[in-house]
This record gives sequence, structure tokens and C-alpha cells, in this order.
Amino acid sequence: MSNATTAAHGDNYLNHEKGLWSWLSTVDHKRIGLMYMATVLTYFLIGGIFALLIRLELLHPTQTIMDANTYNRMFTYHGAIMVFLVVVPAIPTTLGNFLLPMMLGAKDVAFPKLNLASYYVYLAGGLFATASLFLRGADTGWTFYTPYSIRTSGTVILVLTGAFIAGFSSILTGLNFIITIHKLRAPGLTWSRLPLFVWATYATSIIQILATPVLAITLALLVMERVLRIGIFDPAIGGDPVLFQHFFWFYSHPAVYIMILPAFGVVSEVIPVFSRKPIFGYKAIAYSSFAIALIAFIVWGHHMFVSGESEFAAFLFSLITMFVAVPTGVKVFSWVGTMYGGSIRFNAPMLYAFGFLELFTVGGLTGVFLATLAVNVHLTETYFVVAHFHYVMVGGTLMALLAGMHFWFPKMFGKMYSESCARVAWFLILVGFNVTFFPQFILGAQGMPRRYWSYLPEFTLLNQISTVGSWLIAAGFLFTAFYLIKALISGEKAPSNPWNALTLDWQTPSPPPHDNFPVTPIVTDWPYEYRPDGAIVPIQGAAPLPA
Amino acid sequence: MQFPNLMPIAATDAAVRWNSLYNFLLGISVFFFVLVIGAMILFIIKYRAREGAKTFYFRDHHFLEACFIAIPTILLLGIFGWGYSVYNSMMRPPADALEIHVIGKQWLWQFQYDNGRTTIGNLYVPLNKPVKLIMTSQDVIHDFFIPNFRVKSDVVPGMYTSVWFEARVPGEHQVFCGMYCGTSHSQMLAKLVVLNDQQWAEFQRGKKIGPQPDARLNLAAEDTTADPSEAQAATIEPVSLATQGRAVFETKGCVSCHSAGDPTHGGANIGPSLAGIFGKNAALQDGQTIRRDESYLRQVIEQPQSHLLKGYQQSVMPTFKGLISETEMNSLIAYIKSLK
Ligand code: HEC
Ligand SMILES: [Cu+2]
Ligand SMILES: [Cu+2]
Repeated sequence: MSNATTAAHGDNYLNHEKGLWSWLSTVDHKRIGLMYMATVLTYFLIGGIFALLIRLELLHPTQTIMDANTYNRMFTYHGAIMVFLVVVPAIPTTLGNFLLPMMLGAKDVAFPKLNLASYYVYLAGGLFATASLFLRGADTGWTFYTPYSIRTSGTVILVLTGAFIAGFSSILTGLNFIITIHKLRAPGLTWSRLPLFVWATYATSIIQILATPVLAITLALLVMERVLRIGIFDPAIGGDPVLFQHFFWFYSHPAVYIMILPAFGVVSEVIPVFSRKPIFGYKAIAYSSFAIALIAFIVWGHHMFVSGESEFAAFLFSLITMFVAVPTGVKVFSWVGTMYGGSIRFNAPMLYAFGFLELFTVGGLTGVFLATLAVNVHLTETYFVVAHFHYVMVGGTLMALLAGMHFWFPKMFGKMYSESCARVAWFLILVGFNVTFFPQFILGAQGMPRRYWSYLPEFTLLNQISTVGSWLIAAGFLFTAFYLIKALISGEKAPSNPWNALTLDWQTPSPPPHDNFPVTPIVTDWPYEYRPDGAIVPIQGAAPLPA
Repeated sequence: MQFPNLMPIAATDAAVRWNSLYNFLLGISVFFFVLVIGAMILFIIKYRAREGAKTFYFRDHHFLEACFIAIPTILLLGIFGWGYSVYNSMMRPPADALEIHVIGKQWLWQFQYDNGRTTIGNLYVPLNKPVKLIMTSQDVIHDFFIPNFRVKSDVVPGMYTSVWFEARVPGEHQVFCGMYCGTSHSQMLAKLVVLNDQQWAEFQRGKKIGPQPDARLNLAAEDTTADPSEAQAATIEPVSLATQGRAVFETKGCVSCHSAGDPTHGGANIGPSLAGIFGKNAALQDGQTIRRDESYLRQVIEQPQSHLLKGYQQSVMPTFKGLISETEMNSLIAYIKSLK
């Protein structure tokens, strides 16, 4: 790799302009993507510290390090930060921003200034939410269920405002991406040649645009209820507390797919590259994202089977929810099918894709338990649910984010990281994750409810195993931070296409020039044309690459 | 420290049915997990990159993809149907179920029985008899969760929800609050105590029941020898819930407008007679009909204008919202239900 040169002409998006202000005022989608990445990772660190403290408190059945009120604030902020500020924006705003125009062969997104505005809106939302930490905090849980969230003291309004504002960032980004995909595809890049990451981003953007306004309205109503006592959610003044749950899940169920669809996109890119084989079932994977996006809007009631919802509603919601598993299964089978007969390489991105498959399969299968009416009644509101959604959201989205970060790190920074370090960290995170969350399935089945500051002595052993697991995850992430930072500073120079991938984002120097492509590429084939003899044909007619 | 059981005991027939469904899901999940991850590992080993090895080339396989869709769909529909049938039986109490009122408040559980007794923290129920809990909350949403019975339901202020069960295992069963409700959510616990026939008869007569064995440890019914001082208490006849409700009916002034089909109770007729209305449909002013269940009665009493009856232009009935406590409301409803 030593003689592979990068950025032969020296000018790339990182050094195109210099100084802090050139970053803060940039409209370059790549730089905005990196700014998002820095911010998302900062919030991830904060949310992660809360998670470690939560697990530490649960080391013993009664008080370990904090009182119940502190604990309740911890899980509220852990949830709110991780959902609204980390997992929802993580892939679309970081990898999405960086890659979407590059995969399309475009110079930038359709509305670069709006893109920068979205970033600041997101930042403002995050600051509002976290500012409340330094005041009295909020103890509502990230779900803000009424009437508790109306009656409890604390700075609930600040957190609500934060989530409200961050929502607009999500809407604007979604809008920007959809228009970009429609309008800025390179010549020859037809819909059936779009990379699957782009398809996934498209489906995600639709949900972002359609669902997020409902969240905004709901949170605004809740703020009004707290301040003006308008009587819409609080039964004491004539409201209906269950109505809030309907509104809330009408957003928050689709939000689950805002979190996971982009992850599907990343995995669909990584697996063919490291299997050296065309993706299996391209159309099935692309369309199933839309099937999921569609069904996502009509299953919210599965969060409310024990809320007093009518039997008929429960019947319908359970039935429809079952159908979510079908397109999801199609994807999983297709990814495994892609590996069949390939020539599999074990670079860090692929390892994370394996991790994704393992965790996501467990998460998906346990989702069927929760969709099944009678079974749900016992398992809902217990640690089983906690384990399930961590397997899906962390095991799915976070593993995919890690896969993506390791995959595109050379492209983003023009540097290579140490593969052996990456393997160690991957192992720690994957094992740690299973050690942390698998025992929680058992705890939940045994009946331990979630959001419990103290618990019965018989739950001790499994809780302690789970806590130890959280330390393994933390060690894995610290190590990841260490070797990635080291790579940034002193990593080997990366070639323009270290993985021999075929999508357009790889057909340009690493790091890419300010305008992405020296010459607008012309696309002549789909991006998964991996030939049996392993020959790399520069199928996508991009500009000639430097040596 | 002993490694805990994977599941709580199954102390009702419904819980046993629940277990079969759960075990089936477990089996099928293990099967698919092994299928997917097994295939992945197999491919990783078999098709790891080797010098000069050729890869396969195929993009789709329509038959295979159709199977990916068809097989899970059929399985999932079956699972759905099974889940619904168990759920259905868990939601439909037999008509003769014993009714007990549950009130949740931050952070304790209170129980009101037909015989007029009230207990806090311990819910006493008879063995082998269907029991229906009619539940509401005095403040925020709580959730009544009995793992050994596999039932749970949110307990929501301003409305009634219910669960029912027929306990097969005597002794104490753990109850949790399943819905986050603030500071002491994790301490909002209760014990459900299943009494054998004799103990239940004693409880009915007002006798205090001592601690019972943990249902998990002692599956056989055991007689606890009665404390003599308790036997004294047994002679005091408690006032039944409906009788308490009759008193509320008088003190809150309902009696000045409503007749109760009860001659000792005057024949006021400003409002309709409440005799025998429970469970029947009401015709409303706006043309709708609605079944008169507990939630209906509660809403009418709290906000009469929300369900104006046919034939009334406007309601002269005052709004009782905030004027009747949850315990009074339960007794009032028990009284109206008892009117024939
Ligand atoms: C000032 C007279 C008045 C008083 C006092 C009053 N009611 Fe009523 N009530 C009415 C009238 C009139 C109606 C019928 C109009 C309507 O639907 O609001 C009615 C309707 C009802 C109904 C609905 C009957 C049905 O057929 O569905 C119930 C139940 C009821 N009242 C219970 C009570 C209870 C319990 C109290 C005492 C806490 C009470 N009322 C006090 C006048 C009164
Ligand atoms: Cu959902
Ligand atoms: Cu609670």
C-alpha cells in the first residue's frame, strides 16, 4: 500500500479551506457530515456514561451508588439522548451526509445551506435537552408518558423543547436527501443502479418527513398541557392520558425504522464488497425498505397492548406487526445469500457486519415474541423489552454505524487504521454486548420490570452479569476511540479504493477533493458487478484515478 | 446464590397455555437463529478468501426469494392466531367471576372487596375461583403485573381496566408495578395471596390472615393455625361494599334525584331510575347507544354532560368530578350494580 498515493494534487476537502470558521460555516456536505459525527459521538459518550452509571447502580438489589430520584433521571437522559440525539440521526446525518452526494456522483446535496442549517438546528436541540441536566433535570423516561410527565417537577419542558427542535433537523435533512436523490444523480445512474445505501436513505427520509411532525405536535401539546393546563392529556382536567401514547408511538414506532433502515443500507454495501459477489436480491432488498417504511406507520398500537386498548385494536395491531417481520427476514436471508459462494475477507467492516447479523437476528426474533398478543402481555414493560430494543437499536444500528465508520474511514480521512486493533475492539464490543443484554431477556421473562431502581434479590446474579458486560462494551469503545484517533494522527496513507469497491464514492481520491469528483462520472452499470475471476473492471465510468 | 429459574411458575391454566406458546416461539427462534447464523458461519469458513478461488455469480433467485416471503408469512400468521386465541381467553372473564376493586396510587396498591373489606399491599383471592380485578388509579398510570399468572394491565386514572385469573396454586404470588410512576416505582410491590376455601371463608368473615408461604416454594396448600385473637375479629361482620355505596348514594345527594327501585329510599324522579341499568345499553341524546359498564357509570357520575341520555335536553345532574374519592366511587358503582 505504501506507494499508493492519495490526493495527488494535494487539495482535498479537509485542507481546501483552513481554520475553525471555515468548518463552522462550511456548506460542504462532507464537512457537515464530519461535524455531525463529532457531535453525535459526543452525545454518544454522554449517553454511554449514563448507561454505565445505570448498570453500576443495578449491581446490587438496593442502593449501590445513587438514590432513586437520581437513577430515574439517569435512565431518562440515557434514553432521550441515545434515541433523539444519537441513534435516530447517527447514520443519516454522518454517513448519509458524507456519502449520499458521492454515491450519486454529485457535488453536494440539493440545498447545501439548508444542510448546514439542519446541523445547527440539531445542535440547538441537543443543547436545550442537555442544558436541563444542569438544572433540576427530568425524570419522565424518554417516553414522557402522561399524566406523570405533566405532574412531575423538574425541567421537563427543556427536554421536550430539545427533542422538538431536533425533530426539525430530521425533517429538513429528510427533505434535502429526497430532493438530492431525485435531482442530482449522475448521468446513467438510473433507479435500478442506485446503491442500496441510497435506497435505504430514501425510505428513511420519507419516514422522517411524515412521522416527525407528529412528534413535534405531540411534544408541543404536552408543553401546553404543562404550562396552560388545556386538558388534553391529564384526566384530572378532562384529558385522556392514553391519547398521548397513541400520538407518541405514531412517531416513535416509525422512528424505530428511521434508526434501522440506514443500518440495513450500510450492511448492504459492506457485505458484497467483502464477499466479492453481487448483492443477492437487489430488488428485494430495495423494495423491502419501502414495505417496512409503509407498514411502520400502522403498527404503533403494539406498544399499547396492555394500556386498555380494545381487543379489536390489539387484534389488528398484532396482525399487521407480524408483517414487518417478512421484509426484514427477506433482507437477512439476502445478506447471508450474498456470502454464499463468495470470497470472504475479514476486514473490520465485515466483522461488524457479522456482528450486526448476529445481534439483529436475535433482536428481530425476539420482536416476534413481543408482537404475539398473549406473549406480549407478560413480557411488555419488563427487561425483555429492554433487551429486545437494545439488540435491535444498538446491535443493529450501532454495529452498522461501526461497520460504516470502519468502511469509509479511509475515504473520509485518507488514513488507514490498525486492523489488528480493530479486531480486538470488535471482539470486546460484540462479546460485551451479548453479556450485557442477553441476561436481560431472562430477567424479563422472569418478570423483572424495567425502570426499577431496586429489585428483588433473586434477580441479582443476572443483573451483575449484565453490569460486567457493560464494562466490556466500554472497554471496546475506549479502545476503538484510541486506535481511530491514532490512525488520524499517524495512520498509513489510504489508497483511493482500499477495498476495491464499485460504488461511485470509491471512484475518487481519498480524501475526496472539495467538489467530490474531478470529472462528473458517467455510470454504465450497477454497483455490485463483482466478477467470478475477481477482476476489477472500472465499470462505473469515473474519471481516471491517480496512480 | 442459586441460579434462578428461567421462568416464573405457571399458577393458572392460562399461564400453562401461555407457556406452551412461549416455548414454541423459543423453539422456532432457536431454529431460525441456527439457520441464519449457522449458514453465515458455514459460508465464512467455506468461502473465506483463497488465492485463485473463483466466486459464484448470481443476482437473484426468484423461487428462493418467494420462499423467503412465503414460509415466514405462513409461520407468522400461525403464531399470530395462536397468540390471539390465548390472549382472547385471558381477556374474557367468566360471568360469575368474583370482582375485586384495585386502586393504584403513588406508591401503593389498595384493594376493595365485595364484603366491604379494604386491604393495602396484600390482595386476597380464593383458590380455583375466577377473579376479575377492576382497576383504576388515583394519580398517574400504574400497571398491575402478576408474573406467575402471566397477566398485566395498565392501571389508568379516569378509567377502569381489568384482568382476570383463576389461581391454581395457593400461597403468596409476587405483584409488580409495571409502569414507571416516579420515585418509588420499584417499591410499588404487592403480594397476591391465594387462600384455600377455609381461609377464604374466614377472610370473608373479617378474619385477619397471617403471612402465607411463598407459592414457588410450597405448592401444597397448608393450614396455618389460627391465632385466637384473630378468631375474635372474625365475629365482627364487615359492611358490604354495596351497602357502603348506598351510604355514599345518600350523603352525596344522588338520592334526591334518582330512585333506586328501593322503596325505603324514596321515589325521586328528577333523574332516571338506576335500578337494573348495569350491563344494559343506554340510548344517548346524540343518537348513539353505549353499554353501561363501570367506565360508563364513572364517566356519567363525574361528568354527566359527556353522556346525556335520550330525552334530556340538558343535564341538571351536577358534576361530581373531584368530589368522590376512588374508594367511594367503587362502592357507589358496586351499589348501582347491586340494584335489581
Ligand atoms: C340534580 C339531580 C341529580 C343528582 C343530584 C344526581 N343526578 Fe344522576 N342524573 C340526573 C339526570 C337528570 C340524569 C339524566 C340526564 C343525563 O344523562 O345527564 C342523570 C343520569 C344519571 C345516570 C345515567 C343513568 C342511565 O340510565 O344511564 C347515572 C348512572 C347517574 N345519574 C348517577 C348519579 C349518581 C351516582 C349521583 C350521585 C353521586 C347522581 N346521579 C346525582 C340527575 C341527578
Ligand atoms: Cu413499535
Ligand atoms: Cu410504577
